[in-house]
Amino acid sequence: MNVCNEMKLTFFSRSANEGFARVAVASFFSQMDPTLDEITDIKTAVSEAVTNCIVHAYKDCIGKVEVVARILEGRKIYIRIKDHGCGIEDVAQAMEPMYTTCHNGERAGLGFAVMQTFMDKVHVRSKAGKGVTVTLIKTLSSRGENDA
Amino acid sequence: MPVKIEAAEDTVTACIMGEIDHHSAKEIREEIDSILESAKPATLVMDFRDVSFMDSSGIGLIMGRYKVMQSLQGRLRVVNVSSHMKKVMRLAGLDRLAVIEN
Repeated sequence: MNVCNEMKLTFFSRSANEGFARVAVASFFSQMDPTLDEITDIKTAVSEAVTNCIVHAYKDCIGKVEVVARILEGRKIYIRIKDHGCGIEDVAQAMEPMYTTCHNGERAGLGFAVMQTFMDKVHVRSKAGKGVTVTLIKTLSSRGENDA
Repeated sequence: MPVKIEAAEDTVTACIMGEIDHHSAKEIREEIDSILESAKPATLVMDFRDVSFMDSSGIGLIMGRYKVMQSLQGRLRVVNVSSHMKKVMRLAGLDRLAVIEN
């Protein structure tokens, strides 16, 4: 599928960057004239994925988080969030709602469930010790003529 | 300050402001809990009127305060929640735990 536009971000896994990442990604997609609800959906899903990198992937250290955002044909958006942290041994288990390995920080264990609720497709690829790549895909509603 | 807290009689009202994510949740949690510990209210009201964004960290915040209020044998009311936030809350079954009002 043709890529109409693309941007890349790399930042440290500091929690102050959660807000930066979701706003930067949402700003990039604003050229597609999304609805307010769509912008909120994108911000929420990105916030969850980036928080996972900070809380889980780089639990005891600071590492790099890479975000790629693409506008594809047909008002489709593609977001890839990648870390090089500890990885996930059992991806299916990690994606179960309310499952969390973090018991002292009031994490609800809903990160992936939220991503799945607000995006059309969520794909998670990981190997223990090799980091995690989360891919989020959503087709935005048709609105006017300024497609990409 | 991301939260404004008012205590009156047996009710503590916490008006949360701005964005709730993993970065901001800790400070909000600490502020609310320190008041709950001293005031021991019968009702905690969490007011989301001035919240512009919330991810699942907000769910953790609500679930945690629900547990604190349970330990005080009190109740939790969650008010002024946007439709987007409600969607996140329903995922966690929070509508069964606390009273969520518009």
